[in-house]
Amino acid sequence: MEKLLNLLDTNARLTVEQMAVMLDMSEEAVAAQIARLEADGVIRGYKPLIDWEKTDRELVTAIIDLQIAPSKNKGFDALAETITAFDEVESVTLMSGGYDLSVKLTGKSFRDVAMFVHKRLSPLDGVLSTATHFVLKTYKERGVLFTDEKKDERGLV
Amino acid sequence: MNYDKLLNTTLQGLKPSGIRKFFDIAAEMDEVISLSVGEPDFATPWHIRQEGIHTLEKGRTWYSPNAGLLALREAIAGYVRRHSGVEYDPKSEVLVTVGGSEAIDLAFRALLNPGDEVLIPEPSFVCYEPLTRMAGGVAVPLVTRVEDEFRLTAEAVKAAITPRTKLLVLPFPNNPTGAIMEREHLEEIAAVLRGTDIMVLSDEIYGELTYGREHVSITTLEGMQERTVLVSGFSKAFAMTGWRLGYACGPAPVMKMLTKLHQFAIMCAPSTAQYAAIEAMNNGDAAVASMRDEYNMRRRLTVDGLNKLGLTCFEPQGAFYVFPCIRSTGMTSEEFCGRLLKEKHVAVVPGNAFGESGEGFVRISYCYSVNHITEALKRIGEFLEENGLCK
Repeated sequence: MEKLLNLLDTNARLTVEQMAVMLDMSEEAVAAQIARLEADGVIRGYKPLIDWEKTDRELVTAIIDLQIAPSKNKGFDALAETITAFDEVESVTLMSGGYDLSVKLTGKSFRDVAMFVHKRLSPLDGVLSTATHFVLKTYKERGVLFTDEKKDERGLV
Repeated sequence: MNYDKLLNTTLQGLKPSGIRKFFDIAAEMDEVISLSVGEPDFATPWHIRQEGIHTLEKGRTWYSPNAGLLALREAIAGYVRRHSGVEYDPKSEVLVTVGGSEAIDLAFRALLNPGDEVLIPEPSFVCYEPLTRMAGGVAVPLVTRVEDEFRLTAEAVKAAITPRTKLLVLPFPNNPTGAIMEREHLEEIAAVLRGTDIMVLSDEIYGELTYGREHVSITTLEGMQERTVLVSGFSKAFAMTGWRLGYACGPAPVMKMLTKLHQFAIMCAPSTAQYAAIEAMNNGDAAVASMRDEYNMRRRLTVDGLNKLGLTCFEPQGAFYVFPCIRSTGMTSEEFCGRLLKEKHVAVVPGNAFGESGEGFVRISYCYSVNHITEALKRIGEFLEENGLCK
């Protein structure tokens, strides 16, 4: 199971046939395991890793540290769930350390992001403080280098 | 000047390595997909590289002792003990060399007298025969066959032994065939050697890279350590080819001679590489295991792909090569490689580069990404189809 997940994690576009050969399993077994992992919510989806900087699309990404007051019954979850509902928000994670929630969001411009924080996040009940950090450059994401691809420097033969 | 008359005649008589035969043609082509290199696509694990950087920052740029840093020799002895249970004294039985290749050269030169015979399983890596000849020895090829899964048989060894036999080379896991020797097969060979004065050069450079079973070193068998020079190194398993670092372990009187020669010819292996290698020996097992898992998946993919194309290959259990038979195409190995390169820009190595018995085979390396391998297999499929050679 873990090997299959690791394999998918490096390349989600491998065919069932390829994975079966690589893992020494039957195709049926691979397909069944994947179906199971999907049904159980272990696999939440498949997406490409896009380097948006190489496209024409203008995007600004920011990471916002939020300090929040936990609610009596639901702790941090209630507010976190509210924040996940915004389409602009890409990820929400609960953190240990100096602040509570780390929110990653994208907007069309710095102003766009700033206004979102100012108008949408800050006013939410329970939000005590925000600190906005703009992403300047991505070097590596999910184990994949975003800097220019290295050439194979080994001799051909 | 007539250089032909000046130069060493034995050396002039050696054929250049057949691995590089198609290099010039390939180098001039666009978009060559190569499955021919004999080195990992992984960079050296970062923690090992960092050790090298760290010692450079600290200015540790001096010669090491001739035999290598004692700390490295101790680490090597510890590593060998941990993996095979065999004990070597770091002070007298371990030598750090410039790659496994230097250790092989030293062993031949330290052991051979003119006319001594060296038994060399074939197909095998290209260096044994030329280095034997340069050391004054006589190379005696022992052909291994696909029917035996390219293992060396005790019968073949027995049949080749003469009063002049000095040394048996054991190149397993094998480049280019990917064959390994299991304990029972080594036992049969050990039984032939016991009671003779024949030494063994066990080249275990791919020892960490076996799939589904542990590598067995002949040094672990009764009475074999005393007659074996174990050669290994960092290039393959630790992805450290460019650091040029290997080692040899063996009986003290033999190692004393290897070290003497090494001292005159080399002084000592590069110090930076040696410091990095200590880290590899002590803390590199996890990185090796994860690269091995990756190679294993690629191995399966490559073997499966070739078999589906009708290029049958026995399932290699070690190293990072597949050695498919191409006889079904009616071409010689060189024809196959030349045309595949010309027509589909895919570079593989002709089997006869590894000895005449490699004719009818090609060596395919799977030190490449899955996408790369998949694309190369696709092109090989097209090549066969376009030439009416489809299964």
